Amino acid sequence: MSKPIAVDDSNFDQMVLQADIPVLVDFWAAWCGPCRMVAPVVEELAQAYEGRISFAKVDVDQNPKTASRYGIMSIPTLLLFKKGEPVSHIVGFRPKADLKKSLDAALE
Amino acid sequence: MNKDYEVIIIGGGPAGLTAGLYASRARLNTLLLEKGLAGGQIVNAERVENYPGFPDGISGFDLGSSMHQQAEKYGLTTIITEATGIELHGGQKVVKTTEGDFTAKTVIIASGSERHKLGIPGEEELTGKGVSYCATCDATFFREQPVAVVGGGDSAITEALHLAKFASGVTVIHRRHQLRASRILQEKAFSEPKIEFLWDTIVEKIEGGDLVRRIGLHQVITGEKSALEIAGIFISIGLKPNTDYLKGILPLDAAGHIITNEKMETEIPGIFAAGDVRHASGRQAITAAGDGATAAIYAEKFITEQD
Repeated sequence: MSKPIAVDDSNFDQMVLQADIPVLVDFWAAWCGPCRMVAPVVEELAQAYEGRISFAKVDVDQNPKTASRYGIMSIPTLLLFKKGEPVSHIVGFRPKADLKKSLDAALE
Repeated sequence: MNKDYEVIIIGGGPAGLTAGLYASRARLNTLLLEKGLAGGQIVNAERVENYPGFPDGISGFDLGSSMHQQAEKYGLTTIITEATGIELHGGQKVVKTTEGDFTAKTVIIASGSERHKLGIPGEEELTGKGVSYCATCDATFFREQPVAVVGGGDSAITEALHLAKFASGVTVIHRRHQLRASRILQEKAFSEPKIEFLWDTIVEKIEGGDLVRRIGLHQVITGEKSALEIAGIFISIGLKPNTDYLKGILPLDAAGHIITNEKMETEIPGIFAAGDVRHASGRQAITAAGDGATAAIYAEKFITEQD
C-alpha cells in the first residue's frame, strides 16, 4: 500500500526534485482543519497512482524553509513537481475528481 | 461495494453526522457521502465555544471527528465522493456521485455551505498569495505583518482575534456600522488593542504583483475612496449553500437554500434536508446537529410507513 511520505527541509531536493516520476507534495500543518480534510483524499490518490506518481507531505510548521522557498502562504496547498519544477499549484480543498484531472494532465 | 441503502446522507458536517448517528442506531442501512474528511465547515474553527457539553470549548476538528467516530460505531458507512445529482425512479432515489450511482429509500441532504467570495478584481489571482479564507490555517504566514479581515459575523471576528496573536495589526472591514457577531466576541474584539475597525466600508479591489500589497476601499456613506497597505486579507463574509447539484430537482430559495418544513421534509417525499443547506437554519453546529437528528427520525418514520 502506497502512502504519502513525510519529507523535510533536509531531504526535499532528493525526494522530490530529483525523483524519476512526478511528485505531488501536500503542504499542511496540524492546526489546519481543511488540511486534515485533504489528507484522506490524497491517501486514496496515492494508492490509485502507485508507481506513476509519488506522494509526499511537508509539515510547514516544522519545515519553514521549503514552504517559503515555494511561496506557500495558504494551506492546504498541493504542488505537483515534474523533473524538479512545480507544474501545478492547487490551493485549498478540492474534490478527488478535480485532483485526478491535474494528475492525469501531468502524466500526459 | 454495496450500492443500495435505506438512507443516504449527503455531507459529513454536524447535520449529516448526527443524522448518521440516529439512522444507524435505528438500525437503518445508512451511507454517508463526504467529499473529504468528515466534519464540515466546523473543521475550520480553532475552538468551538458554543457547542453544549464542552465547558472549555473543543477544536472544530476534534468535534467533527468525534461525531464521525460515534456514528461509525453504530454502523454508518462513509465513502469519499462528491454528489453530483439526485434522480427519482418511482419511489427509489438515485444519488449520482463521482464514484457511480447509489440508491436509497430516503435521502438526507446535509451538504452544507462554503465561504462566499467577494468577487472583486485580484481576489482569485491572489488566493494563496495573501488572500485567504481560513485564518486558523494561514495566520502563521503573516507574523508581524499587517492584515485585514472582511466581514462582521462570528466567523470574521473569531478570525480577527486569532490573527491578532500573529499579525502586527488587524483591520476589520465591515460594510455596516455595527457587527453581527455575538456580544461576547464583540467585547473581546473591542478590547484587543491590535484590532481596528473600518465601518461602512467595502473592499473594491486587491492589488499586488506576486503577493498581496494593498486593497482599495470605498466608504459607502461619504463615498471616499482610499487604499490600505496590507500583506494578507482574510475573507469571511458568510456562507453559500452547496446546492448547485440540486437545481431543477428541489425548490430552492433565492440564496440557494433548500426549503423544508419543521420535520426537515422537502417537497419530494423521502428527501430531507438538514443544517446550513436548509432555509431558515440557525447556521450553528448545534442547530445543524438538531436538524440532522430530526431528519433521521422522520426518515425512519417514512421508511416504516412505506414498508
